[in-house]
Amino acid sequence: MDSVLFQGLIGLSMAMYLWLISAGLTIIFGVLRIVNFAHGSLYMVGAYLAFTFYGLLGWPFWLAIVLSLLGTGLLGFVMERGFLRRIYGIDEAYQLLLTFGFILILDDLVKIVWGGVFKIPQIPAFLDGAWSVFGRPFPVYNTFIIGIGVLVAVGLWALFEKTWWGRTVRATASDREMANAIGVNVPRVFSGVFVFGSMLAALGGALGTPVRVVAPGIGATMIIQAFIITVIGGLGNLKGAFVSSLIVGILSAYGTLFFPVFELFFIFVIMAVVLLVRPQGLFAR
Amino acid sequence: MGVRPSRRLAVFLAALVAALFLFPLVARSYSLYLAMQILILSVFSLGFNLLFGYAGLLSFGQAGFFAVGAYGCAKILLAVPNLFLGLVGGIVAAGIVAFLLGILCVRHTRIYFSMLTLAFGMMIFSIALKWRDFTGGDDGLVGIPRAPLEIPGLLTIGVANLEQYYYVVLVVSLLSVLGMYRLVHSPLGLTLQAIRDSESRAEFAGVPVRNYRLVAFTIAGLYAGVAGALLAPLENTITPPIAHWSASAEPVMATLLGGIHVFGGPIVGAFLFFMIKDIIVRFTQYWLIWLGAIVVILVMGFRGGVLSILVERLMPWRPTRPMVTRRKA
Repeated sequence: MDSVLFQGLIGLSMAMYLWLISAGLTIIFGVLRIVNFAHGSLYMVGAYLAFTFYGLLGWPFWLAIVLSLLGTGLLGFVMERGFLRRIYGIDEAYQLLLTFGFILILDDLVKIVWGGVFKIPQIPAFLDGAWSVFGRPFPVYNTFIIGIGVLVAVGLWALFEKTWWGRTVRATASDREMANAIGVNVPRVFSGVFVFGSMLAALGGALGTPVRVVAPGIGATMIIQAFIITVIGGLGNLKGAFVSSLIVGILSAYGTLFFPVFELFFIFVIMAVVLLVRPQGLFAR
Repeated sequence: MGVRPSRRLAVFLAALVAALFLFPLVARSYSLYLAMQILILSVFSLGFNLLFGYAGLLSFGQAGFFAVGAYGCAKILLAVPNLFLGLVGGIVAAGIVAFLLGILCVRHTRIYFSMLTLAFGMMIFSIALKWRDFTGGDDGLVGIPRAPLEIPGLLTIGVANLEQYYYVVLVVSLLSVLGMYRLVHSPLGLTLQAIRDSESRAEFAGVPVRNYRLVAFTIAGLYAGVAGALLAPLENTITPPIAHWSASAEPVMATLLGGIHVFGGPIVGAFLFFMIKDIIVRFTQYWLIWLGAIVVILVMGFRGGVLSILVERLMPWRPTRPMVTRRKA
């Protein structure tokens, strides 16, 4: 029994990475109505940047994360302002294709700059170690990740429900023409949201630096996970994304423990069933 | 109505086909291999474009059907050494799987359709990866023989060497191209375009929209199966990555490169895809970054693809469809 609960806790910390990456994807889809295939690659870039500052240059962990967010945010800004903005008016298939082009470019760019897989750096001293949970050592770092994930969830809720910017964004999401008419600078909101979403992906990648291996091509893996989650939670539904991150994270922790052979298959079955039966997502109002 | 090819075009096409038949006389085995890759991707992309260009549905799961064709053909060849059975078996398997999954997929359009095809394609990928006893897991199926093509009571051809196999690929590909040409210029092809342009108008005109989409989906899967079945004996080995969603992007890029609203677009695109790859990898191992850049440039500025530009230049009287399809409200 204890081992079951313990595995759940491991799954919970995995779920938080999934949550960070799918939160950004969800927000971007909710407002811009764009499915960003390159979102997983932004996660990858965030991880590589954090690795550079923290692992290679030995700068403080926090500073490395902040710089990685800024760098990835800048990349997101260029993607939105320079490219996506010009094709909002046409068939969404082309937006998918454009962001797919970004995946190819970013994957190779990472290989050229960093030359492939990096060596995992040490966990920062103040987050190292483990405490005993259910009689087993549970890493402090996983606890920290769970804390950050919950913090981001609460922060996003407060941001969208309680602040002026959040209200503006929600207004734009529900009716961009009306928002425009009442004086919202819609293009600026779009850029802001895209940059913000990019930074959330980068946060997931950056936080994983001391514990998760990142290699070129991880973007394609992460984006599929994020797609599964956003589909189950409902495209554009932030609360749904949080709950389904927990479900997928914890289920796959148990899945790898109990049915390693079918885990991958069943996750896609769930995705397809949700799309067919409740395309608006399991948690739509 | 479909425009009949002009005389000049007909001469060009006849010369091209003749050149393709004579190619093994001058080509080295690497060029032959490359030519087969191009033909296979052409067939794959033609099927994809029936869905995308003609029916307006962007599938990200075509690699799944490609893999069904490839694994089906490989399994049969490993059991019964007859290429004819292998090809037919692989193609039929892909068609059946596409039909069954199609029933579910055509319930959606646009982004939901893309997501659904992605999910089904990845299911096939995970079967290929995890069902070790049947598919060989991540080692794949190895030692697939290029067994003789044997139609009982009709003919038996050995295809063991590359030149012989080239003719199999060539003939099957040409038949597929011909079939697709007839298809898109038939009432079926025109109806699909009508549905793409306005679903509700087609529905009001009494067109059973879903059934037509299902037919297109099945045929696209069938073509993916043809391509996959042809690949297995060529490579002698097949592994799960051919079913992965990123492999589904290959016909997408080839089609985009050549042009989605001209019949020959996917074929020209498949040719360009491998030529670009072949040239770039001579200079650098990082060819995907260039491919990515080309995709971005095409999407930003040349959504008609290379062939549409050519057609507009060479045949100004032939109207190509305006490329901007507006997003439906």
